[in-house]
Amino acid sequence: MDLNYTAEDLAFRDQVRTYLEANLPQDLQQKVLNHKRLSREDFVRWHKILAKQGWVATGWPAEYGGTGWTATQRHIFEEECARAGTPAILPFGVNMVAPVIMAFGNQAQKDYYLPRILSCEDWWCQGYSEPGSGSDLASLKTRAERDGDHYIVNGQKTWTTLAQHADMIFCLVRTDTGVRKQEGISFLLIDMKTPGITVRPIIMLDEEHEVNEVFFDNVKVPVENLIGEENKGWTYAKYLLGHERTNIAAVGRAKRELQFLKRIAAKHQKNGLPLIDDAVYASKVASLEVELMALEITVLRVISQDSGRPGPEASLLKIKGTEIQQRLTELMVEAVGPYGLPFDPAFLEGATEHSIVGDDDAAPLAPYYFNFRKTSIYGGSNEIQKNIITQMILGL
Amino acid sequence: MDFNLTQEQTQFADALRRWVEKDYGFEQRKQIIESAEGISDKAWGGLAELGALALPVPEEQGGFNGSAIDMLVIMQELGRGIVIEPYFATVMGAEFLKKSGKHADVLEQIAGGEVKLANALGERQSRHELFDIATTASKNGDGFVLNGSKTVVLHGAQADKLIVSARSSGAQRDTNGISLFIVDANAVGVSRRDYRTIDGYRAADISFSNVQVGADALLSAVDGGWELLDAVADYGVTLLCAESIGIMEAITAATLDYLKTRQQFGVPIGKFQVLQHRMAEMFMEMEQARSMATLAAVKIASDDVEERRRTVSAAKVRIGQAAKYIGQQAVQLHGGMGVTNELPVAHMFKRLTTIELTLGDTDHHLARFVAQPGFKSAA
Repeated sequence: MDLNYTAEDLAFRDQVRTYLEANLPQDLQQKVLNHKRLSREDFVRWHKILAKQGWVATGWPAEYGGTGWTATQRHIFEEECARAGTPAILPFGVNMVAPVIMAFGNQAQKDYYLPRILSCEDWWCQGYSEPGSGSDLASLKTRAERDGDHYIVNGQKTWTTLAQHADMIFCLVRTDTGVRKQEGISFLLIDMKTPGITVRPIIMLDEEHEVNEVFFDNVKVPVENLIGEENKGWTYAKYLLGHERTNIAAVGRAKRELQFLKRIAAKHQKNGLPLIDDAVYASKVASLEVELMALEITVLRVISQDSGRPGPEASLLKIKGTEIQQRLTELMVEAVGPYGLPFDPAFLEGATEHSIVGDDDAAPLAPYYFNFRKTSIYGGSNEIQKNIITQMILGL
Repeated sequence: MDFNLTQEQTQFADALRRWVEKDYGFEQRKQIIESAEGISDKAWGGLAELGALALPVPEEQGGFNGSAIDMLVIMQELGRGIVIEPYFATVMGAEFLKKSGKHADVLEQIAGGEVKLANALGERQSRHELFDIATTASKNGDGFVLNGSKTVVLHGAQADKLIVSARSSGAQRDTNGISLFIVDANAVGVSRRDYRTIDGYRAADISFSNVQVGADALLSAVDGGWELLDAVADYGVTLLCAESIGIMEAITAATLDYLKTRQQFGVPIGKFQVLQHRMAEMFMEMEQARSMATLAAVKIASDDVEERRRTVSAAKVRIGQAAKYIGQQAVQLHGGMGVTNELPVAHMFKRLTTIELTLGDTDHHLARFVAQPGFKSAA
């Protein structure tokens, strides 16, 4: 047993660190570190900077323009990005639809879409969920009927993250209603500019426009936008869900947020002393830190076991990771006390330099806390993850 | 990074597991608990034969100089079988000797299975603070005279020799002024009151009345024993953490098995989602605990004392939380059978509970974790 990184790993880490120091724009970094809202331009800007370095697609094989990194290298890269405070590379193109195109798409689809994903020419969004099908995804109702060279798509998707910015959406659609529900589903790529598509914002607890409903009203989609075979979409969907699960626990970000938490807990006072010196509060932070230490080792164990493609253990990482993230945001709000109350969207959007009340650290924290309630729900709710553990690992 | 055990470690674990299954079954264990001695010479011989006693001992004394990772493997297996022999006490005592570089002969006897040790560290008032010592060691010629009493010394009455902490100077709760001794358990002035513990172990209250020891009994610098005491206590914690992992594995497996077989309302109770999710929680607790036991076993050898302290305390905290949850849920999921003394599960739950109370409980270690300079300097 050896829990140290190899010399090569350490050299790689230094290389990443040096690169990030030189290339991460300070204004972007400040937005991320201070929990401000990121615009479309912020995401695209960072994506393009990383693309120049060839570091966007850390999970792709090199032949498609990916890095070809090992699981450990990817872990190190993600940790360093989190530490530095980079914006995220949004997963919808790079980590979700791209692996499906690589595995099941035809040559023309690969040649056209993959380079555009790498360069961020297309902003993708995900059309999986529907109002009536959350965890029971296969019950989806959006229809696609073949009409010559086209499919005519009718129906509704929901919880579509950042669809308001998207150029393309990948959708699961029902192409056969006469069979078992998993067997009549197809995987379609749809241009968001196609007539008949309407995007309606859903405003979340933090009053941010992050997700949408997407309506399809007789939307004409060329048949060449079908991935693989008609009615085989469920197989591709499952492949997508099982494919990209590294960094699912977001340990790097949690480590950074823990430092932030300690910093504000040292700044805010209780009984005339820094809050971090309060035994009750300190024990909560310490418990959380211990849990995070354990999760980090658990992640490393999983990575070392199956070269970065965790199976059902990914459910454990998702549950624990999101619980820790949520607890962190909870303790942040507790730390700032009454300063958690003022709501200052202008400051959050970067329109003003300082917040209304003057505590710039505190201003974004309540929205952040409310926003993070989503993490135990999306990507398969934590209850569904427990079902996976129950069935796949425990065999109940 | 490499989380794999070596081939030797795996083989050792397998051999030990087979021995536990064959020679230390639930019935045999019960008989040992009910015996006057409370431990088994035969089992001790078996452990010696397997090399479990030689493993932690340095090569110069006929041992294998095993690392904490090697010990993780052993303690997990002993935990799985809820073995109640004085292995933990002896190995922890041996660590005092190893670190002190003295009494090589005793280490040799440990490796050969001829000597058992116990650690007389806790006192009535000290709770989990091992520096809170009222027992005195007064200079007497070249040697010392010990006076005072120690409580709940695990396997104190079964031990041949005792590691004793005593105050050679300073106030009762000073970390300065502590000295450590090795004392013959049958020395004049030592009296031991043996009793059973709730988990089937033995412990003793031990008093020292004008016990004369020579200069060679001293294991630390005079007044400078705290660092050694703290380090060995941390080593003991890593052993207990490893033992807990073995117990948690066994108790989880037994509970899972019960969920698959016990029928209610015409189906195995494992078909009920509320129980499935409880089981999934137990699984997650165990994996998080296992990570921390591994980390502690690696970091115990660190030269960075703060890193050692914070990691060991973190491990004790996380494993204490996991053990409590898993133990309680195992009993709950076993229903009525879980609250009887008839199933191994009950005994595993009891051992998990006593481990939580040994060498610092969860709150103690959480406070110790917070007290390390790194906790706040990170801010």
